[in-house]
Amino acid sequence: MGKWTRRAFITSGVAAGGVVVFGVAIRRGERSGRVTGLVAADGEALFDVWLKIAPDNTITAIIPHADMGQGVHTALAMMLADELDADWSAVRFEEAPAHKEFANYALARGYSTAGMDFPAWLIDSVDGLFFRATQMMGLQITGGSLSVRTTGEVAMRVTGAATRSVLLEAAAAEWGVPVTELTAADSMIRHEASGRESTFAHFAPAAAELPLPDKPALKAPDAFRIMGTSPPRFDVPPKVDGSANFGIDAVLPGMKYAAVEAAPIFGGRVVSIDESSIQGMPGVRKVVNLDDAVAVIADGYWQAKKALDRLAVEFDDGGNGRASQAGIFQQFSDELDSAAAGGRAKDDFVTGDAAAALDAAARVLEAEYRVPYLAHATMEPMNCTAWVHDDRCELWLGTQNPLGFAKQVAKAIGLDPSQVVLHNQYLGGGFGRRAFDDFAIQAARLAADAPYPVKLIWSREEDMRHDHYRQASISRFRGGLDASGNAVAWHNVYVNKHDPEQAPHIPYAIADQAIVYSDSETHVPWGFWRSVDHSLHAFFTESFIDEMAVAAGRDTYGYRRALLADSPRFRAVLDLAAEKAGWGENLPDNMGRGIAIHRSFGTIVAQVVDVEIVDGRPIARRVVCTVDPGFAVHPDNLAAQMESGIAYGLTAALYGEISIEDGAVAQSNFHDYRMLRMDEAPDVETYILNGGGMTGGAGEPGTPPIAPAFTNAIYDATGIRIRELPVSKHELRLKDIEDVA
Amino acid sequence: MLRLSINGESRDLDVDPSTPLLWVIRDYAGLTGTKFGCGIAQCGACTVHVDGRPVRSCVTPASAAAGRQVTTIEGVNGGKGGLHPVQQAWIDEQVPQCGYCQSGQIMAAAALLERMPSPTDADINAAMSGIVCRCGTYPRIRKGIKRAAAAIANARPAEADNG
Repeated sequence: MGKWTRRAFITSGVAAGGVVVFGVAIRRGERSGRVTGLVAADGEALFDVWLKIAPDNTITAIIPHADMGQGVHTALAMMLADELDADWSAVRFEEAPAHKEFANYALARGYSTAGMDFPAWLIDSVDGLFFRATQMMGLQITGGSLSVRTTGEVAMRVTGAATRSVLLEAAAAEWGVPVTELTAADSMIRHEASGRESTFAHFAPAAAELPLPDKPALKAPDAFRIMGTSPPRFDVPPKVDGSANFGIDAVLPGMKYAAVEAAPIFGGRVVSIDESSIQGMPGVRKVVNLDDAVAVIADGYWQAKKALDRLAVEFDDGGNGRASQAGIFQQFSDELDSAAAGGRAKDDFVTGDAAAALDAAARVLEAEYRVPYLAHATMEPMNCTAWVHDDRCELWLGTQNPLGFAKQVAKAIGLDPSQVVLHNQYLGGGFGRRAFDDFAIQAARLAADAPYPVKLIWSREEDMRHDHYRQASISRFRGGLDASGNAVAWHNVYVNKHDPEQAPHIPYAIADQAIVYSDSETHVPWGFWRSVDHSLHAFFTESFIDEMAVAAGRDTYGYRRALLADSPRFRAVLDLAAEKAGWGENLPDNMGRGIAIHRSFGTIVAQVVDVEIVDGRPIARRVVCTVDPGFAVHPDNLAAQMESGIAYGLTAALYGEISIEDGAVAQSNFHDYRMLRMDEAPDVETYILNGGGMTGGAGEPGTPPIAPAFTNAIYDATGIRIRELPVSKHELRLKDIEDVA
Repeated sequence: MLRLSINGESRDLDVDPSTPLLWVIRDYAGLTGTKFGCGIAQCGACTVHVDGRPVRSCVTPASAAAGRQVTTIEGVNGGKGGLHPVQQAWIDEQVPQCGYCQSGQIMAAAALLERMPSPTDADINAAMSGIVCRCGTYPRIRKGIKRAAAAIANARPAEADNG
């Protein structure tokens, strides 16, 4: 298999499905009819594919994204409701069915893309990011922190504004008054002069017959009434009383349960199965050889699990049995040596002449950083319930990519994608893992040969050992300083580029830069992991700039600040973080303070960490987080996402390490792949700057800066520079103890 | 056959008594609010009350709960209707994200407040560090516990007056 990037992933899906044809606009009015039956009940008026108005004046936003805790259902409904001038208390949402009509919306929407009729402040999103984003949304993927940025801006806001416009038009026609004399507010239309007033619902049937306008005027931010507030999230109440249905909670009549064990070494296959080893075990229905895995189906999950644990199975190693973590890092190191000697290095970002600037520099600083593989470890292990009946396959699961899953499942069991019906449930964590369909295909294959529905549940061990992992990597730097310590050259070479493209790029004004990479494949499956390449490169680049500041004898905040003179938004975010954190104030001897800043998915985030060293253990006590997403649609939810991104990244920085021994993952469960817990969780203070311009993401940008802010704080406390994660590998001593010694 | 009392209801279940209580609750009693996370008592997603004490149901044989009162998230408010003060505080603080661990968090917090009506931060750490939240909702869980403690304290004099 070639290298997987998010781009390749998208492109392969597009090619296979053929649903996305770029640049071709489908005429308005052709779309909603085909989806009415899927989403609208009798009496409801459907506007495009995104908005329904019911006779009781309830407004429903139809949302093509999965909720995995990022609050997307609420935030997107807010965007639609605000442009519509709806009464928020009567706004609901439904998750869109896995249907291609919800997939190619942005491209098919004449009024939203064909003429590129965007408000000026959105124009810069039409090329570059938007091109890719649209392709991504074309597959109904939830990822890339894109839901608000694309579906929200393009589908929700535009549909809300366009629908408001036709409702006003219908009212004007019925009342025989000019549209300009009408006002809309709280799902009502009012004619001030005559005192007439009626509901949106009253006009909805007539309005639904009118063509939606090409260029609905969108509100300027100062006119927002719902966006920018923090109403309670739709998904919270069912998550406090146990009623929220996750994939693992699906229950079907006559359902049986399956436990599965894949070949422990990636690439391995089943050699033999001795079914006599589980002869007579209660409840067992059958043993299934899935080629690269073996499954046991039983009446209860525990019966299946116990039988699987006892089942005698032999796997081969797929030729990878000698792979080790040390060997993988040696391979990366050799690749970088070769790249330095003019090998296969590819340019990532080059400006000026870094080699010449390094030659001319008064001082050259060098450093090498390493990060390990990481598992996602979603709290809900992978699971899927499949039922193959009446020439179709129904699936109950949580997925970030419903259309892609349906397509691959269909292929695996010889059906057409239209025969796969996918019921997306709440996701017990996604973080990128639930964009990969391996578990759904297993469940479908088991159900395809069974006269009953099958619920497949992976054990935690299976989940940890058969993930799609954040890559391990090595990154080397050479930084040039002039006689005054100013940064004048930046040279960076690293192994394995996935995406986003700009992850290794720095915001600093250093004239001569060369960022290059070389590919070095391993047998370990790669996957999107919250913030993808940003999760490693922010650690690399924000550690090295810190080292340059220290080498120059400068304050680490001030050094960054000076290099951001031409980047006012970065500087504002950095300054606010320093100010709120009390940068420069004295800390107790056993504490240190570190700073980092990074932009990802269109959002700039700075973090200042206060770390306390307790018996050689670093504990992050406080994190000040400043964030500029352009505009915060739901500020409290943005803050929650920062808290979440910080905990996710801090967990990885402290403990996260998946290592390969004899070709297989050495770790198995939370005792050896440790999680941050309540007693180690820092207080997080989030401050939001609405810098304007294109809206950035929320789900991922909180993660990248925390590792370097944390290790920079450890350096401040101990004088020990962490160049290899996780931190738990390192012995830490306080600076003063070291000095005395 | 195993007789269990779950949320005040006595049930006769046709299940091997050595089966972990978690799977009996989920697959035989049909109460899916209690979650499977690790199977080795490392994450706490499966936390339920047995005679009012929090236990990890994934490593507790169902037979150990026979003759005792098992309480799950579905019954945490004691059949009184409405929400337990911890559940209400979770809504007020908008605690959950993905929500998968929250049944375990709420059961652990409810048991803590039963035992310690006004817990310190150290008490909260001790009671809650066994329950992993991958979305990092810990700061809000802490606020939620304090809010629930205050709500319970405020409700008490009123109950006394009514009684």
